[in-house]
Amino acid sequence: MSLSPSQLKHVAHLSRIALEESKIPALVQDLNAILAFAEQLKDGRLDDLAPMAHPLDQQQPLRADVVNETNQRDILLKGAPATEQGLFLVPKVIE
Amino acid sequence: MSDYLQSLSHLRAGLDSGIFSARELTQYYLDRVNRFDGALNAFITKTPERALAAADEADQRLAAGERAPLLGIPYAHKDIFCTAGVRTTCASKMLGDWVAPYDATVHQKLNAAGAVLLGKTNMDEFAMGSSNENSAFGAVKNPWDHAAVPGGSSGGSAAAVAARLVPVATGTDTGGSIRQPAAYCGITGIKPTYGRVSRFGMIAYASSLDQGGVLAGSAEDCALMLQAMAGHDPRDSTSANQPVPDYVTELDQPLAGLRVGVPRQWFTAGLDSVVAARIETAIAELESMGAQRVDIDLPDAELALAAYYLIAPAEASSNLSRFDGVRFGYRCAEPRDLNDLYERSRSEGFGEEVQRRILIGTYALSAGYYDAFYGRAQKARRQIAANFEAAFRDCDVIAGPVAPTVAFDLGAHMSDPATMYLEDIYTIPVNLAGLPGMSLPVGFSGRRPVGMQLIGSPFTEGRLLAVAHQYQQRTDWHQQIPAPYQEGAA
Repeated sequence: MSLSPSQLKHVAHLSRIALEESKIPALVQDLNAILAFAEQLKDGRLDDLAPMAHPLDQQQPLRADVVNETNQRDILLKGAPATEQGLFLVPKVIE
Repeated sequence: MSDYLQSLSHLRAGLDSGIFSARELTQYYLDRVNRFDGALNAFITKTPERALAAADEADQRLAAGERAPLLGIPYAHKDIFCTAGVRTTCASKMLGDWVAPYDATVHQKLNAAGAVLLGKTNMDEFAMGSSNENSAFGAVKNPWDHAAVPGGSSGGSAAAVAARLVPVATGTDTGGSIRQPAAYCGITGIKPTYGRVSRFGMIAYASSLDQGGVLAGSAEDCALMLQAMAGHDPRDSTSANQPVPDYVTELDQPLAGLRVGVPRQWFTAGLDSVVAARIETAIAELESMGAQRVDIDLPDAELALAAYYLIAPAEASSNLSRFDGVRFGYRCAEPRDLNDLYERSRSEGFGEEVQRRILIGTYALSAGYYDAFYGRAQKARRQIAANFEAAFRDCDVIAGPVAPTVAFDLGAHMSDPATMYLEDIYTIPVNLAGLPGMSLPVGFSGRRPVGMQLIGSPFTEGRLLAVAHQYQQRTDWHQQIPAPYQEGAA
């Protein structure tokens, strides 16, 4: 199963990564070399195995639904590239 | 002070008996960082003022009679652990000068233990790489041979410890990122069982595989540091709620009768013959100490590689979606609209390898390909875990190579990512199964060190450390320091 240039463009859009047209052929080649490893996965021994999402098959712990964090809006906004009046600033979405 | 530099317990003795202060010790290592790091590039951020302030605090605690294993001991963090007030870059332009609003649990614990942070070390961007060449802050050099890579992704931590710029450092290991650089730099490193060390505040690459650990000069030093880092954390839902044994006490458990499994499939044509010979010699040494060698089967290394290079990128594509040019770090100039902001911030902020892995991961998770790639990889993961379970019926620990070769030349694999990935073939299966693994130095090939990997069943870090420690009582590979970095070198 190899990746075509048009599929790569689709995946790049899903990933929100802008691709320069000139870099696509080399990238397709690199990604297909990596995807070639996946041939191993056709191994028939795997057919009946349960997927393993997590090591040690840990259980998801639950905790009481109580507030234990304080509001840290100003501190959190400090790491953002653009803010205004306590909000993240983004380009206009709706004209 | 020079009589006290060979281990953390020597440093401890010097501090506790007042032969030198924490401030003097911290200044000694800061001076080494300043003198040597220009060439190595092991540090992304140095924190001398904070370090001296922390050292003064440690001195006050010492003067008040407090005694604790890491009190006043200098160390460095891989720059993946969040530290409030000190930037955390993950070696990415995407984070740049981002300062975390909180401390990682590991950092909180080391702070509370009185350890003194000297700075944050270089790494492959977002921990993606096996050579430390994928860093927005430049490559790191191997202290043993400046033409060689230090390994990755914890390459800065490994180089800093090998050159004795710090006595001990943190690292993280998703597919070999503690063990492989430890091997390439001739030091000792441990990746604990998945869940042993909290991931809270450790920037995520592949959450079901990432695990924090230690790079140090010896197994004993790893034990002391891991003791302070390990334990349950309610803020990490995957943290293991299991008591932490006393790793230092466990160092003395006897090797007599210990069954050391040696995987037949790992000593084949793909393994460099000198690396194989050094490891065989080390296994023979373990036998001479009473351990029993058992040849075992551990198949499917290629299958593990295939599974890892889909599962890790899939998780990365999800984890790294948070870097959108809105909430953290880098944003492109003059975005046309929101989509342009996302796409250009990400393609300008992430390096090439990170972009490759996001693309592979997104593809593996996308409609129509999920079952064939991601779903199938998770089934392979089950097979790998089952292989280890079967192997551990016949042995107590597994011993083998960390990587197929010693450290390779800078630039050797940069044009061919798939070849670079083969570096991880012996380390990846351990992460897929969530097991503890470590690397310890067992000799050289030319000027470049050879590491041996030890792998255990879940939560047997103490036994791995004991095997390594007792080997290190009989050998001095772990005490070797590259000539330019030896005390008194010109």
